Amino acid sequence: MSLLELRNIYKIYGELHALDDVSLKVEKGEWVSIMGPSGSGKSTMMNIIGCMDKPSKGEVLLDGVDISKESSRNLTTIRRDKIGLIFQQFHLVNYLTAVENVMLAQYYHSIPDEKEALEALDRVGLADRAKHLPSQLSGGEQQRVCVARALINYPEIILADEPTGNLDEANEEIVVDLFHKLHNEGTTLIVVTHDPEVAEVAQRTLVLRSGRLAKEIVNKNFTGKIHFDEGDAFRKEEIHE
Amino acid sequence: MFGRMIRGTLLRQWKKMLMIAFTIALGASLASAMLSVMLDVEDKVNQELKTYGANITVVPKSASVLNDIYEVEGGETTGAYLREDELGKIKTIFWAFNIVDYAPFVNVKGTLEDGTDVSVVGSWFNHHMELPTGEELDAGIASLRSWWEIESGEWLDEQSNENAQIAMIGTSLAQKLGVSVGDTLHIKGSASDGDFHITGIFDAGGDEDDQIFVPLNTAQALANLDGCIDSIEVSALTTPENELAIKVAQDPSSVTVSQYELWYCTAYASSICYQIQEVITDSVASPVRQVADSEGAILEKTKLLMILITILSLIGAALGICNLVTASVMERSSEIGLMKAIGAQNGAISGLVLTEIFITAIFGGVIGFFAGFGFAQIIGQTVFNSAITLKPMVIPIVSILVVLVTLAGSIPAIRMLLRLRPAEVLHGGR
Repeated sequence: MSLLELRNIYKIYGELHALDDVSLKVEKGEWVSIMGPSGSGKSTMMNIIGCMDKPSKGEVLLDGVDISKESSRNLTTIRRDKIGLIFQQFHLVNYLTAVENVMLAQYYHSIPDEKEALEALDRVGLADRAKHLPSQLSGGEQQRVCVARALINYPEIILADEPTGNLDEANEEIVVDLFHKLHNEGTTLIVVTHDPEVAEVAQRTLVLRSGRLAKEIVNKNFTGKIHFDEGDAFRKEEIHE
Repeated sequence: MFGRMIRGTLLRQWKKMLMIAFTIALGASLASAMLSVMLDVEDKVNQELKTYGANITVVPKSASVLNDIYEVEGGETTGAYLREDELGKIKTIFWAFNIVDYAPFVNVKGTLEDGTDVSVVGSWFNHHMELPTGEELDAGIASLRSWWEIESGEWLDEQSNENAQIAMIGTSLAQKLGVSVGDTLHIKGSASDGDFHITGIFDAGGDEDDQIFVPLNTAQALANLDGCIDSIEVSALTTPENELAIKVAQDPSSVTVSQYELWYCTAYASSICYQIQEVITDSVASPVRQVADSEGAILEKTKLLMILITILSLIGAALGICNLVTASVMERSSEIGLMKAIGAQNGAISGLVLTEIFITAIFGGVIGFFAGFGFAQIIGQTVFNSAITLKPMVIPIVSILVVLVTLAGSIPAIRMLLRLRPAEVLHGGR
């Protein structure tokens, strides 16, 4: 049984089909990228996978359970327990320190534990910046706090929306390395990105166009490491187009 | 964590929170000012209204029976008198402190030298009393009938002219007799006569303008009525009559013991009358309906006006809070969206926002309460010329009003917060 399965998902806004009959499966421990141009439906798909929106039609199975008809309250609970979210804009609470931002996720999940939050920051290499406010951190550091917050409650899936969109190359590499580390630890990663270099690092890349799944690319040479300007060195197999 | 978030928000949004506190303070100050005045206004308005005269008259029982039969008030007595030596007892009743002023009256017939019959009224003007309770009191018509206009001369001063043959004369009678201040009138009573020096001419605008007013003992001596009085006029602070007061006044046996006790221990005109009757032998005390009713009506209208001002000020405060809290929530939409995204339920976020607002409200409410009490003092000094007493009841009422106004003002923001979808604020919805 797949960890996540989307069955014939539609998301319709009036005349517009933001998602049009999309089906996909993500296995436990897999690292999947979702790519596509602006308006292709990436964010809609992320919202549905992240339990922040419901499809107009179709089924979303998480651990074999259809969550597409769940109430908002239940979706919040599922999101809290099973999904760790990472955003392009980081979305850290600016009056809380790095460690408090991590503890915030614990607070709404169970009980805040500063020691555990500090360990999470240590995992992303920010133990020494724990008491700093977001405004005192660089973009890369803020994104790493965001990663620590996403993984603090041991989610089944980490869902990242353009995680490197606001980062320079050096920080992009650091964040991708973190994902690699998480993947090696068995975490399931779904990364929505428009950046081919970040997408290509994943085991599998799904390409969306006009709300439809246009391509699925499997990275045969998966290493989980980012290589700038070396796109041709990767062998890719297009399953369908 | 909750505390850190509250502290963080309050510190970060201190300007906005200060504005919310200020709005609440404004509403609370008006509410507490109006409530303080409203709860104290009964006494204050009553005191003001007391300047318009007595609201209770006491007559001998037999005179009262005749009045009832012929439906007249203040009619001639029939040889029955009240006892002057019991007057001090009026200030010993349960509601003694509500007795502001009173004066006894004795009406005697006199004849002038030219044979003209005149009505001579004996009363207190500024009579000094030492009460059985140890208190001292100046009572009399000088304060009880303060609306009398002294056309010439001055009020008769009993205290500095003890046992002097002095009199005040009504303006009509003075014109008829052609007398003025400083003149002397020889008045012959049924028992004695005397020369009375006129100290003042007054215009009362009523029957009194054809009368001569002299000190009580002097009038009593003219008719050999030592220690006797015809009637007493009492000015008392009273609570407007309600159904209970009317019911007890009609038939005291129709109420329960507890209702009777409540009536007895409330300053209704009827209960004060009842208590006066208890201390003045063979007397009937009755409220002057017109005055009592006017007092009640004015009081009710004053209270209604204050309630309306309070309601309007609170509505204004609620609208102000509504705008400010909504703006605050809108400004924090991405933060709130994030909290929802990482698992916060609507209840938790509403609780957080409401806690922040209520902390601010408590701050604003406390400041507003004290400011309002200050306003109340200004109103008290300006309108009633006296301080407003803080009634403990104002504190819980203002607290409840602040809570209700804050809640009402927060409703639109909370509804917006509940409708806020994390997907829409954290990144595009499509």
